[in-house]
Amino acid sequence: MMAVFGGRRRDDNPALPPGQYLTESFPVLSAGPTPSIDTQDWEFFIHTEAAHTHQWTWDQFIALPSEDITADIHCVTSWSKLGAGWRGVALDTLFAGVETGFDFVMAHSYGGYTTNLPLEDLLNGRAWIAYEYDGGEIDPEHGGPARLLVPHLYFWKSAKWIRGLVMQSGDKPGFWEENGYNLHGDPWREERYA
Amino acid sequence: MSRRTNAWLTGSLARAHPLTASARSITFAVPGWPGNDPGHHVDVRLTAPDGYQVVRSYSIASTGTGEEIELAIDRLPDGEVSPFLVDDLELGDTVELRGPLGGWFVWRPEQTQPVQLIAGGSGVVPFIAMTRAHASAGNSIPMQLLYSLRAPCDAFFRDELSQPSATAPTTWHYTRTVPPGWSRSAGRLTVKDLKSETLPPEQVPLTYICGPTGFVETVSRALISLGHAADNIRTERFGGI
Ligand SMILES: Cc1cc2nc3c(=O)[nH]c(=O)nc-3n(C[C@H](O)[C@H](O)[C@H](O)COP(=O)(O)OP(=O)(O)OC[C@H]3O[C@@H](n4cnc5c(N)ncnc54)[C@H](O)[C@@H]3O)c2cc1C
Repeated sequence: MMAVFGGRRRDDNPALPPGQYLTESFPVLSAGPTPSIDTQDWEFFIHTEAAHTHQWTWDQFIALPSEDITADIHCVTSWSKLGAGWRGVALDTLFAGVETGFDFVMAHSYGGYTTNLPLEDLLNGRAWIAYEYDGGEIDPEHGGPARLLVPHLYFWKSAKWIRGLVMQSGDKPGFWEENGYNLHGDPWREERYA
Repeated sequence: MSRRTNAWLTGSLARAHPLTASARSITFAVPGWPGNDPGHHVDVRLTAPDGYQVVRSYSIASTGTGEEIELAIDRLPDGEVSPFLVDDLELGDTVELRGPLGGWFVWRPEQTQPVQLIAGGSGVVPFIAMTRAHASAGNSIPMQLLYSLRAPCDAFFRDELSQPSATAPTTWHYTRTVPPGWSRSAGRLTVKDLKSETLPPEQVPLTYICGPTGFVETVSRALISLGHAADNIRTERFGGI
């Protein structure tokens, strides 16, 4: 006699990528302690191959045009959260004055985390630096004061405590990618592990 | 160690025994399992007869190159997966497994830094693998475990962790109920407890913290306030509150 797994019948939800289950809560996953970053000391940079650094202080960043974003987020550990509300600055806005011939980006966080992305996954209204969640400041556990938000990729790509982006010529792996995760991370193609 | 992290392998339940009133150790025979380091976890996939599937992550209590892996599961009363694994799964039943996963929250016997392990509840599971690997390697690197649990009856692997021969001593901490004759009263870990019961920052230990999110947040913040560098703290959060 085999034990039969019943599971909880959940309606087939077309918003859920394969292998994901729905959660109402907001689990926290990170590799180390939560850094505490004062917006007084915060800065964000984009560094290009011409050794040119574009830099914003918190006040300069907050003064940029921002958008409300409602997006589903999908964690590689299989939970998805639908319709999360954020506010942030589009990467298109931040890259408006940036000249680069490189196709890849390494995102760097306060605390040392890194994750790699193709530049095309950050532009055309697909990614933001978010500084509000659910109408308020982003909790430090969830990446506050500001995190990268790339909802169409698994959430480890949406680097918490974002500090800057460094352009790179090739798709060099970041932290989790070096530790067995997929280089790209598309949840609809289940690009979980290397 | 060969890594086959994308393939789902079939594991059949080879052995099982209760750990506490709510938890059970389950060991799967997994042909093709590539082995794992202490601290790795595995994704477990269950499929209902109509094809409905769910996946949950579980730390691996065993380590090494064998084709068996031991998990230790705590039942959440309103959970979807854990009650099935604790109460229903029978010897010979199969599940799908993918891994090993998580190359960061691992300890390898060739590491030379002193090691402090801090567990909350079922967060002790990866540390069982680490203390086992430490013992079987005959390793002399200092390693010790601080294990916070609600009550004495909630301990996973108490006998194993209490063995006088264990090379990685365990300090027990109770948050709700203490054993008879215990000198401290029950309560959550404080900065003071952590100061007296863990390796000091001067020894530059590598600290691993595992448990529910709130536990991990509180303990890691306290360690930083005691002077430990954030770079020397690795965390794994099991979800929940
Ligand atoms: C890397 C990793 C390793 C893990 N290792 C282990 C392990 O070794 N042993 C083990 O027992 N579990 C472990 N977990 C937790 C495990 O993956 C599941 O979350 C847990 O078994 C609950 O699943 P469920 O389907 O029974 O409950 P669900 O149906 O997912 O959840 C039921 C309810 O419980 C809440 N909940 C979910 N998880 C928890 C929790 N951990 N504590 C309190 N409330 C919770 C949810 O918010 C929900 O309301 C690990 C998690 C991770 C990410």
